[in-house]
Amino acid sequence: MPYRIVGDGIPESLTGSPGDAARGRALVLARSTTCILCHSGPFPETRFQGDLAPDLRDAGNRWSASQLRLRLVDASRFNPQTIMPSYYRNDDLVRVGRNFAGKPILAAAEIEDIVAFLATLRD
Amino acid sequence: MKFRRAIAAAAFAVASSALLAGEIPPGARRSGYSFMGPETRAMQDDDTSNPGMLFVLDGQALWMKKSGSADKACADCHGDARSSMKGVAARYPAFDRTQGRPVTLDQRINLCRAGHQQATPLPYESHDLLALSAFVAHQSREVPITAGDDPQLKPFVEQGRDFFNQREGQLNLSCANCHEDNFDKRLAGAPITQGQLTGYPLYRLEWQTLGSLERRLRSCMTGVRAQAYDYGAPELVALELYLMSRARGLPMETPAVRP
Ligand code: HEC
Ligand code: HEC
Repeated sequence: MPYRIVGDGIPESLTGSPGDAARGRALVLARSTTCILCHSGPFPETRFQGDLAPDLRDAGNRWSASQLRLRLVDASRFNPQTIMPSYYRNDDLVRVGRNFAGKPILAAAEIEDIVAFLATLRD
Repeated sequence: MKFRRAIAAAAFAVASSALLAGEIPPGARRSGYSFMGPETRAMQDDDTSNPGMLFVLDGQALWMKKSGSADKACADCHGDARSSMKGVAARYPAFDRTQGRPVTLDQRINLCRAGHQQATPLPYESHDLLALSAFVAHQSREVPITAGDDPQLKPFVEQGRDFFNQREGQLNLSCANCHEDNFDKRLAGAPITQGQLTGYPLYRLEWQTLGSLERRLRSCMTGVRAQAYDYGAPELVALELYLMSRARGLPMETPAVRP
């Protein structure tokens, strides 16, 4: 799962093709994806949202797709102490549960869908 | 009074140097109770509505019941639990000399069953073990926690502290990331508490039953997608010991009720 970091982002799609924003929205709202455990956002239909992390409203104003991609792939590059998991990493982890071992939290295509969705969150 | 203030500052520096960075100072420690809504608090406060009390009653009956090939009841050795068991749970896990390591209250109960009653051990999370454990711990209700004082426990407390601060699992989070750095915030709408062990075993509305501390710890481990330690594993006992020492001074609440 190689990728190329340029500056503070990953400019190229992890899959080579653009993601689907509608699928990305559904992923962000699914609890199993975990975003909504910590973040809130412009999701009026979702009752239980977290407040451990910044609201995702306007994320597309604040960050480019390239920056969003690196943030999802490995947020610890922006802040080594962050609690935000690195969604596209499978090494340097401790005692990973049997069902999850050796796999990144999200697949490349899922990350692309989420990046596409976050980029639409603009005012 | 500059002088007085200097003394106070020095005393504070000494007291706080014993705490590691991020640890919650004694005066700021809060039971999970203080994070709950009024209805759940009321349910815990009133023994007639606290579902955990049914387990305490079952535990009382088991305390009196002869068991095993020795044909002895707990009460035959320990007498009236109201006096003999008062304060016991508040200092568990305790160092066991024959084992050379700390044992939990559940393990202590099973050591008594094996050694003194010559009975088979009760499985972890079984109704009878939870009931006995709830009954014994209930005798310490309102007694301040003192676990971890025994100097022989020191290396195990340290080990537990290391587990607590170690990031683990696919989500790469430590216990401290939530229960020290982010208590009072909300994880998907649910308040995160300090994770203080005041009320175990306790009745969890989500479980619809009484459950042990180990059940709770294992579910936080599964939550961060780590491999949960088996019931009774030395790592889990060390973690429980550290957490109890971290709750030092808070009064016991068994059987607590939590959402
Ligand atoms: C365990 C908590 C946690 C989870 C789960 C989490 N994040 Fe984050 N996220 C954070 C925190 C905390 C920050 C703030 C900056 C930092 O510490 O890295 C952040 C920052 C961000 C930012 C930048 C926000 C801004 O406005 O600056 C974006 C975008 C983001 N996260 C998206 C996501 C998405 C999408 C997911 C799920 C795939 C997710 N996060 C899962 C904790 C989390
Ligand atoms: C991503 C956040 C998160 C992480 C990491 C986490 N927990 Fe929890 N924990 C929770 C939530 C949410 C609850 C339920 C509400 C509460 O009691 O805090 C909880 C409950 C608890 C409780 C019950 C407190 C009570 O009053 O009954 C204990 C004890 C606990 N956790 C210990 C731990 C330990 C030990 C670890 C590490 C192995 C850990 N937690 C990791 C979120 C977390």
